[in-house]
Amino acid sequence: MAETALTTPGQSPVRTAGLKGVAADWSSDQRAFKNVSWGKAMMWIFLLSDTFIFSCFLLSYMTARMSTTVPWPNPSEVFALTIGGQHIPLILIAIMTFVLISSSGTMAMAVNFGYRRDRVKTAVLMLVTAALGATFVGMQAFEWTKLIQEGVRPWENPWGAAQFGSSFFMITGFHGTHVTIGVIFLIAIARKVWRGDFDVERRGFFTSRKGNYEIVEITGLYWHFVDLVWVFIFAFFYLW
Amino acid sequence: MTNVAVELGTQQQPSLHTHKHDAIAVAAGATHAHAEGQQHPIKLYLVVWGWLFVLSACSYLVDYFGLHGYLRWSLILLFMMLKAGLIVAVFMHMAWERLALAYAILLPPVLVLVFVAIMVFESDYTHLIRVLFFSSPT
Repeated sequence: MAETALTTPGQSPVRTAGLKGVAADWSSDQRAFKNVSWGKAMMWIFLLSDTFIFSCFLLSYMTARMSTTVPWPNPSEVFALTIGGQHIPLILIAIMTFVLISSSGTMAMAVNFGYRRDRVKTAVLMLVTAALGATFVGMQAFEWTKLIQEGVRPWENPWGAAQFGSSFFMITGFHGTHVTIGVIFLIAIARKVWRGDFDVERRGFFTSRKGNYEIVEITGLYWHFVDLVWVFIFAFFYLW
Repeated sequence: MTNVAVELGTQQQPSLHTHKHDAIAVAAGATHAHAEGQQHPIKLYLVVWGWLFVLSACSYLVDYFGLHGYLRWSLILLFMMLKAGLIVAVFMHMAWERLALAYAILLPPVLVLVFVAIMVFESDYTHLIRVLFFSSPT
């Protein structure tokens, strides 16, 4: 029984790096993710599963596009806008991309200020991120409205292969849902940060546990993932 | 790189005792994880942010100038991978996590490429069948 004695708390053992470290961590007969909290590890694993969901969507789109004998509508023209009498290809999607990238930047700053325990800056940056995310969803709603008015349906569209509509609504709809959930998540956590929950260690409403500023990073992981998915959608659906 | 560390030295919160050492370690490009959570210089985030803007603009310009064929596809994939890499490595802090987590999260999506290969063969086959049997004589 002497073998099972606990190591002294607060004393961080030296961990091996590289592949040996991977083997040591996974075979330690303890938790595999050594300096990552369960919350962060679970968010990463959720994001991994979400990666597979979006992979399946993009793959089904690829299969539809590769196997159809009807020409695929040109997204450059479909998503073009006429601004001030000038016809600019794909401009709406470009603006949406920049909005989402900006929100990722403000989120990264929020995480940084969170770990510096700068309550106000963290909350403000998270709310800016949420506002940019809401702007993105708004632009997506505009895009959907425009396309639906032009006659795009999941089963048909005026320009070519019928699968264009179903792929478009499926992929961007699922992504937009993720952004919307992210905005709600951001506002909820920003409220907690603003109120100082993590400074006074106020207990959570559901869990009765004390939170800490790591939740800002976990929220950030989700938000950056949403941006990451957009990078792939932008490349494969809009630019290809 | 030293000026990054010095500039950070002035921004440090005194409560974070391991902070200065970490900032210097990060500025020196060292892989370092620590108990206070992910603490990295603000400048790093701003630089990555800037690059994401540049890369997004580049991928938009690929479409704007109407490049076609393999040049278009390879440029799209290049900018996509660079952007994804920057977001995961820096914004999501994967560069500073232990390899046990990085491999557990990053390797499984790579296997999706096998699925991609399967579906490429499958859709080529479907396309062939459609051309052979369902194409309307024009």
